[in-house]
Amino acid sequence: MPAIPPILEMRSITKEFPGVKALSNVSITVQNGEIHAICGENGAGKSTLMKVLSGVYPYGTYDGEIIYQTEEVRFSSIRASEAAGIAIIHQELALIPHLSITENIFLGNEPTRFGAIDWKTAQLRARELLARVGLSDDPDTLVRNIGVGKQQLVEIAKALNKSVRLLILDEPTAALNSSDSQHLLDLIVGLKGKGISSIMISHKLNEIEQIADSITILRDGKTIETLNVKTDGVNEDRIIRGMVGRNLESRFPDRTPKIGEVFFEVKNWTVQHPQVSERMVVKDSSFYVRRGEIVGFAGLMGAGRTELAMSIFGRSYGNFVSGQIVKDGEEIQVRSVTEAIDHGMAYVSEDRKVLGLNLLDDIKRSVVSAKLKKIARGQVVDNAQEFLIAERYRKELRIKAPSVEAGMSTLSGGNQQKVVLAKWMFTDPDLLILDEPTRGIDVGAKYEIYGIIQQLAAQGKGVIVISSELPELLGISDRIYTIFEGAITNDIPAAEADPEFVMKSMTSAKKKVQHA
Amino acid sequence: MSGIKDIKKVFGGGSSNLRQFTILMALIVIIVIFQVATGGLTLTSGNLINLVSQYSYILILAIGMVMLIIAGHIDLSVGSVAAFSGIVVASAMKVWDLPWPLAIVLGLVVGALIGAWQGFWVAFVGVPAFIVTLGGMLIFRGGNQFIGNANTIPVPDGFTIIGAGYLPDFGPNTGYNNPTLILGLIVIVAIVYGEFRARKTRAILGAEQIPLWVTLVKLVVLVGVVVAATLTFAGGRVGTSFPVSGIILGVLIVGYSFLTRNTIFGRHIYAVGGNRPAAKLSGVNSRRVDFLLMVNMGVLASLAGMIFVARSVASGPQDGLNWELDAIAAVFIGGAAIFGGIGTVAGSIIGGLVMAVLNNGLQLLGVGIDRVQIIKGLVLLIAVSVDVYNKSQGRPSLIGLLTRNRKKEAVAEVPAVMPTGAGSSDLTPPESTPQK
Repeated sequence: MPAIPPILEMRSITKEFPGVKALSNVSITVQNGEIHAICGENGAGKSTLMKVLSGVYPYGTYDGEIIYQTEEVRFSSIRASEAAGIAIIHQELALIPHLSITENIFLGNEPTRFGAIDWKTAQLRARELLARVGLSDDPDTLVRNIGVGKQQLVEIAKALNKSVRLLILDEPTAALNSSDSQHLLDLIVGLKGKGISSIMISHKLNEIEQIADSITILRDGKTIETLNVKTDGVNEDRIIRGMVGRNLESRFPDRTPKIGEVFFEVKNWTVQHPQVSERMVVKDSSFYVRRGEIVGFAGLMGAGRTELAMSIFGRSYGNFVSGQIVKDGEEIQVRSVTEAIDHGMAYVSEDRKVLGLNLLDDIKRSVVSAKLKKIARGQVVDNAQEFLIAERYRKELRIKAPSVEAGMSTLSGGNQQKVVLAKWMFTDPDLLILDEPTRGIDVGAKYEIYGIIQQLAAQGKGVIVISSELPELLGISDRIYTIFEGAITNDIPAAEADPEFVMKSMTSAKKKVQHA
Repeated sequence: MSGIKDIKKVFGGGSSNLRQFTILMALIVIIVIFQVATGGLTLTSGNLINLVSQYSYILILAIGMVMLIIAGHIDLSVGSVAAFSGIVVASAMKVWDLPWPLAIVLGLVVGALIGAWQGFWVAFVGVPAFIVTLGGMLIFRGGNQFIGNANTIPVPDGFTIIGAGYLPDFGPNTGYNNPTLILGLIVIVAIVYGEFRARKTRAILGAEQIPLWVTLVKLVVLVGVVVAATLTFAGGRVGTSFPVSGIILGVLIVGYSFLTRNTIFGRHIYAVGGNRPAAKLSGVNSRRVDFLLMVNMGVLASLAGMIFVARSVASGPQDGLNWELDAIAAVFIGGAAIFGGIGTVAGSIIGGLVMAVLNNGLQLLGVGIDRVQIIKGLVLLIAVSVDVYNKSQGRPSLIGLLTRNRKKEAVAEVPAVMPTGAGSSDLTPPESTPQK
């Protein structure tokens, strides 16, 4: 084994931004044919390191050296690193939705015959590549018509086309449900068997534990340690300890729930797909929330969790067909977002950047944006009040920013999410619906967000948490509803919930009873 | 820790204002250049009065335009709408002998109706404003020529006050126009009061305070400019003063700056332009915002048209030609973003003044209209490309560059570390490429 030299060595990489040392003497060695995970909290320098490797930050803008396949390389651009067989697949997919799978795979690299694109070859080749990543879709399908999971696979197919030797995956499963994630992980392992090494950045430690051969942990721009999964006895707690520099006693803060009476009920809720009228995205669903209760909604992606939540929140999704909302014993009409807010509902969307925030705004304006009336005299906004309120939330929620006048785009994901929470807490809701509240957020910030959720419940508010991460739902909720194909299939008290049983209820329409 | 950063503050610092600051500097440079090149003609009373009354209507259009552009729309029809309202008002006064004050009201109503018509298509049918107003450009240009029979219709004397009128002098003979002096005094008091009130508010809030000397320097500069301007405007030919159209413009600037910055509706404009789906999910009625902005643009276009008609004492078939382009150029020179969400009334006014001073200065120098257009086009291109370039380099402006280097020196003294501890991480590294 030691006879084979490592495929990649990055030695003493230091990268400075004005005022910040993003990487300081980071070294990492990736063996030939291994899956190497890089762990670290947001801002630890993972993405910066990968940008150095892939030529986004060209040679000369960093210190240190990169040895790739036993030779020192000096990439001047992404094109240069791609030519050498290094492909990076970003968290945000770089596919063009209105082009077909084939067109996307060969974009910038089109096979030509006499100067014109040779579509026949492209088609054949695309089919081959898709087969390699386990996709059976027609290569003529437009990318926007396939799911995120498949899009991720198309990205990999695109990389394979460029005869990749080292694949860098930045949070590849962040937007995927568990079956798609599993498929992707299997694929990465399969590629390893074919001699393609991977570097994987992920917050999902269970996945890392499952497929990685070794793990390098970064903290504050420094290499903390490199663990060998086989010999070092690595588990999630071990990784977390390396990432945060201390033991996290528990991933969820302690809490004694104080649950009151039922105050919010949805009865027989049915919603039509916005375009396809015969398709019901939510089917005859009923559920209730008690005061002080944290209710989890578990379901695979596409099961209709978000659709259910958004349609309740002022009919923001689909076409309302039938159903009732009862609050404090009285039926209420919630036909618009404004009415929903006035009835004390709040919805924190799953996609912060697309649906949750105006990234051009600053913190203080974002915090008050969902209920400006509250700090306005007539139509005039009280800027002083706004400042004070934002300042209060900044302290309470420990939003890390130089001031409340800092722009939203300068904050990390975890802090942006805190601002979004503040924005909805400011509306004084009785019921908060949090859709994937910890997606793309590092471990430390997650813990804080859980703390905020628990505080809200302790104040007697009802909280609905939608999440794709089952351990998170089990850890935070008092009760879990499972959703399958638009219908609620089960109602399970979290204390006695068994992950396998919850998963079964999420994947089948039949109502099941848990056997103790 | 003062210095360059504080100089920036003198002109209303804050990173979001950097673009505005740069363009304000550019405006000052342009004025100085023309003042020298024309041998002092640029800053004479006569020329300044002329400049204000000649460009007030473009600046009025720029106010409505920037609000639309912030919300992610655009209006190509403003020139035609202005011409249409102008001819309707002129005809009404000629044919029905409508008294001129009522004619102005009629003009504003016509503008609102046109805005409502276009707003209906934009907000409720969902046709992009570019298309709706491209249609409107043809419809209302044709409408102007249909109603006026492609002829020029003169307007009565009373009406001309809004375009060519001056403030009547009264009181002791000071050698200056007294109402203009009073106007200048009001502006000075307002500036000083506003500045100290802002300081007081910041102190109460415990926000980062601007150093006192910065405030004082700022006040001295601003008051100096206002005094000089007041004396120049008041010291013109007997019978002239700060133009009435300039006063209308000034009131609109103050009013709309307040509207966009301090009201719920103003916040909603930025919210819709910054991220429409997110705004909707925060309870913003985006259709209402779109509709009202179109109505507002119609009213302002109509007002601009009437001021122009009043100034030229007649309404004609070629009125308002290419105004939309001047207004849009002013907005983008003034720092608005093409994709919406960013822009200010003040910035657009400065942008409009850059165009106005250029036009005026080049004309004084006897440069032909052909070359003036070429130069204006290049200025637009350069202003926006400097902005784009700076953004891609991660530095907001020349001034930003200077302050950044200073920061780097500071880094050398104190070893920089990333924030430590769990969940820290929080400021992502600045998006700039360091220089080597």
